[in-house]
Amino acid sequence: MRRYEAVVIGASAGGLDALKTLLTHLPNDFSLPIAVVLHLHRNTKGELINVLQKGTRLNVNYAQDKKRIQKGYLYIAPPDYHLLIEDDKTLSLSVDEPVNYSRPSIDVLFESASDAFREHVIGIILTGANRDGSMGLKRIKERGGTAIVENPQSAEYSEMPLAAIAETQSDYILDVDEIARKIYELLGGEKCKTF
Amino acid sequence: MDYYDNEDNENLEIMLLLEAMNAKYGYDFRNYAKASIKRRIRHRMSIAGIKKITEVIERVIYDREFFIELLGDFSISTTEMFRDPSFFQALRKSIFPALQHLPFIKIWVAGCSTGEEVYSIAIMLKEENLSDKTMIYATDYSDKSLSAAKEGVFSIKSVKQYASNYNDAGGIQSFSNYFTAKGDVAVIDKSLRHNVVFSIHNLASDGVFGEMNIILCRNVLIYFNRELQNKVFDLFTKSLEEGGFLCLGSKETIRLSPFSGNYDEVLNDEKIYKRNTRPVSYSQKIDNNPVVTPEFVTKGGELIRAMKSKIEELDCLISGVQGKGGV
Repeated sequence: MRRYEAVVIGASAGGLDALKTLLTHLPNDFSLPIAVVLHLHRNTKGELINVLQKGTRLNVNYAQDKKRIQKGYLYIAPPDYHLLIEDDKTLSLSVDEPVNYSRPSIDVLFESASDAFREHVIGIILTGANRDGSMGLKRIKERGGTAIVENPQSAEYSEMPLAAIAETQSDYILDVDEIARKIYELLGGEKCKTF
Repeated sequence: MDYYDNEDNENLEIMLLLEAMNAKYGYDFRNYAKASIKRRIRHRMSIAGIKKITEVIERVIYDREFFIELLGDFSISTTEMFRDPSFFQALRKSIFPALQHLPFIKIWVAGCSTGEEVYSIAIMLKEENLSDKTMIYATDYSDKSLSAAKEGVFSIKSVKQYASNYNDAGGIQSFSNYFTAKGDVAVIDKSLRHNVVFSIHNLASDGVFGEMNIILCRNVLIYFNRELQNKVFDLFTKSLEEGGFLCLGSKETIRLSPFSGNYDEVLNDEKIYKRNTRPVSYSQKIDNNPVVTPEFVTKGGELIRAMKSKIEELDCLISGVQGKGGV
């Protein structure tokens, strides 16, 4: 059984609902840190945090620069900043140019996560109408991490999952609720509770 | 296990590259946050068709042009005029009035990049009738960025975005008045530059700037590691007048640093802090290079005096014209 240290998730159009579904299906004792890039309007304020917080026991917050990532926390990339993970497992923000027309960009988070965690990370691409995340997921896979993509047929927008699947041999292609179960299984939760 | 080895080698190579850049050219990125630096190195490698960072080190040492390109990559960060409009509104409504009584106002825009925030401030100072007694010191380590800042040329497309920021920030003029369109670019009104001194200054290695009333350094510290952040906070604390204001980016804070106690909350949401009278308790071995202040500040003072006499001349002219029944 591989030891995982973190989960990174990228989602775009339709992503908020998908993310909520994913979170509500995670078991109560799930505690790996999760870092999320959700493409947001730059003026998005705090409501998003409250919306996501309702469905999970994890502490949901916008990522803060230089904070060490911790178990039991879910970090959202703040609007208009890239989110990166440093090798010392702290969070970094940047205002570098948009990547794939996006800031935050999923590729930027995933690539840094693959450097920081190598094979100990699970990368997940959810619904979206662009191609961000495909290169980042490829990199996670190349470094021995685990790549999961939302089933394009059930995803609200299929373009992003399809781009990710085209770019790399994903380990699992699943509906959102199944992704939650798969994560639990990967972490060794064979007892598999009812969710 | 190959991954581990490769990974460690890469980190070793990056460390050596940053050492080389510092030793050979005096640009010190050793205490920058690594994840962004890595991205930028990889970006340059893919453009130059380089496979290993070791080759980058060689190119940097023997090929000055290549170094300059890489330096350009390191200094890329994007900014906008009036980015975070609520911050600029707060500056205009809450901070400027607090400085109104001063005979002289000194503002340091540290890490000014291509000048967008410098001009944002210059515009607000003008609109609040504070330009004549204010000097803006705009600094960056990159002379390329500084040249662009001095030029003040922006794409029409970005100016449209800036205009919307400006309006949200409580702008009182038609924003286009500050630009002259030339094809697909817009050139900033040169008069906004009269009280701006542009200068090279590297926050990672250069010293204190004297007696500032406002220091603005937004979205620069996120690129530094904790150690360098603290060093820069030390620099700022020494460069600020008591009662002066420190303005950081919306995701930056002084509260996690040892200098937290030296600053009072003004507007936490906008990350504006006021230097209080408490002595600095934090001490750190900091080898600041010789102070840049005297010469540079004198230069600013001279400019202000020159400006003032120009303004007086103009006043004379205007009243003369008016006396003759002119416009």
